[in-house]
Amino acid sequence: MAKFSLPMPGRRFVIGVPYAWLVLFFLLPFLILLYISFVDMGNDIHPFKPIWDTETGVLKLKYENYWSIFRRSEDDALFDTIYIEAYLRSIWYALCTALLCLVIGYPFSYFIARSKASLRPALLMMVMLPFWTSFLLRVYAWKGILADQGIVNQALMWLGITNEPIFLLYTNVSMLVGMTYVYLPFMILPLYATLVKMDFRLLEAAYDLGASPFKAFWLVTVPLSRSGIIAGFMLVFIPSVGEFVIPSLLGGPENIMIGRVVWDEMFTSNNWPRATALAVIMIAFIVVPLAIYYHSTGESADNRK
Amino acid sequence: MANNDPPDGFLVTEKLEKRFDETLAVDDVSLSIGRGEIFALLGSSGCGKSTLLRMLAGFEKPTAGRVLLGGQDIAQFPPYDRPMNMMFQSYALFPHLDIWENVAFGLKREGLPRAEIKQRVGEMLDLVQLGPFAKRKPHQLSGGQQQRVALARSLAKRPKLLLLDEPLGALDKKLREQTQFELVNIIESVEVTCVMVTHDQEEAMTMANRIAVMSKGRVLQVGSPEEVYEHPANRFVADFIGNVNLFEGRLSVDEADRCAATTGIGEIHVGHGVSGTLNMRMAVAVRPEKIQIGKSRPAVDKNLFTGKVREIAYFGSYNTFIVGVSDGSQIRITESNTSRHGQSGITWGDDVFFWWEDDAGIVLRD
Repeated sequence: MAKFSLPMPGRRFVIGVPYAWLVLFFLLPFLILLYISFVDMGNDIHPFKPIWDTETGVLKLKYENYWSIFRRSEDDALFDTIYIEAYLRSIWYALCTALLCLVIGYPFSYFIARSKASLRPALLMMVMLPFWTSFLLRVYAWKGILADQGIVNQALMWLGITNEPIFLLYTNVSMLVGMTYVYLPFMILPLYATLVKMDFRLLEAAYDLGASPFKAFWLVTVPLSRSGIIAGFMLVFIPSVGEFVIPSLLGGPENIMIGRVVWDEMFTSNNWPRATALAVIMIAFIVVPLAIYYHSTGESADNRK
Repeated sequence: MANNDPPDGFLVTEKLEKRFDETLAVDDVSLSIGRGEIFALLGSSGCGKSTLLRMLAGFEKPTAGRVLLGGQDIAQFPPYDRPMNMMFQSYALFPHLDIWENVAFGLKREGLPRAEIKQRVGEMLDLVQLGPFAKRKPHQLSGGQQQRVALARSLAKRPKLLLLDEPLGALDKKLREQTQFELVNIIESVEVTCVMVTHDQEEAMTMANRIAVMSKGRVLQVGSPEEVYEHPANRFVADFIGNVNLFEGRLSVDEADRCAATTGIGEIHVGHGVSGTLNMRMAVAVRPEKIQIGKSRPAVDKNLFTGKVREIAYFGSYNTFIVGVSDGSQIRITESNTSRHGQSGITWGDDVFFWWEDDAGIVLRD
């Protein structure tokens, strides 16, 4: 039973490269971020101060950067700041986006997975085709579609459903449309990957045992595509929380998302420490669901052959 | 197990037909299956047996014809409204549910009270001796155990009709032989009518009361294993079930209780009559184990021929001789090994006599 294995230095190298990459481009920047989030604001030239006192050399962590996110400075009220509001709003819209993507993406993936094997590459290609156009162009195109004089309103008026344009652009609706549209492929692809592996004879077995098509779908297809649902949900939810471009191009002025808040703190208030503190908290928000996801996929991998 | 009672027509198919585009997968199949019978659809792959079974289960809609179960036409019923259950070829156990939940699946769909479900699942698991495995997932069981779970699941709803799709196809040979009897015992203990599909003639012969031999969408012969083997209706059935020597020829003697044919190796006498015309084309089929072989001339005058031994194959429990004859054809003869050493002393290249009783041959007209 001689098993092929690389000699030790070679093996270390192969494993080491991705680790080095992660340390260099993920861990290190994150540590810098964490560092800035604990220091004092600086000036125009140095946006943040060093973490130790330049004269006494004493280390001082500025927790206030975090506190100020949770506590209103005027009356010390907790959890009632524009930041918390922006977080909750971002999470809410990210959840809505992920749910919309799931509702639209599931039938899509199911259809592709059940179509003829020869057709599937073409259908998958069509899912990915929008990536060939610039992301910004596609979001701008939605402006044209949803504007007061856009295609949607013109069609509605021509059909006589409405007499005057419906205000669609720069609302939550247009923002959700844009986010759902952009992130839909990230839902479809993992769902397709699990659905295409499913043995559809299991559905026949369910029918045979007296399950209606809906029951069979709910009791067999959905549980068996659970890992795809979770993966797709996470892939849409996580980037949606911090999404900056789509809300600022399609969203309304009254609904400020956390991505926008970070941007404002960074470039308008020049308050790098607070901007980074906001970012660190956002990462924490995202790591928790990710951890749940990895836990659940690890579990389902145990349950499979 | 022998059950040759006339079938009472519990399950009847009438001129059942299934067409996929241009191909006729099932062609004019009319069967009548009795209550409590184990009925096998036997044929090679692509003969339409699986399509026929799927029509019974409701997964395929017949293009024409009727399916009657207890007198009721169920051809248009969806699968989930049919009082029958199927054991799938690859078992199709739900991988995300444990054994207990797999067996309970159908009962839960019926909306039975919890206590009754619990009791029935328990009974089923006991029946297939898998009680201790209730909390395992399907992939944690061996192939034979999975097969029993599939059986328990398909019997849990107490179906009127049990459909088995290649029930032993996924098991290895040794386990298959053992399981055949186990399966039949369980099926007979719950007294369920059963239709099974198989490509394995041995499986069909050991398990079924009656067999329908299928080819190209049509049923060629229906009968008990013995009938199908001893009295095949045509060349295909004779050839498909077991081994057979076919002698093509023309009818030369046609009497009420006997006939004879002129064939390539000579005149063959058959101990039953055919109602045909003299000189018509026909074939005589003789099973290899019904032919006797010897080096010295026996005291018979009919159906005695000579040849040269070309090959001998030793199968443990029997020997097979391939004997070349004057007209160039090769005759297969088997002889069981009753003594420890080859008693006949026949070896390669020997000139031998071979002969058979005149009731060993069967006349095949098509």
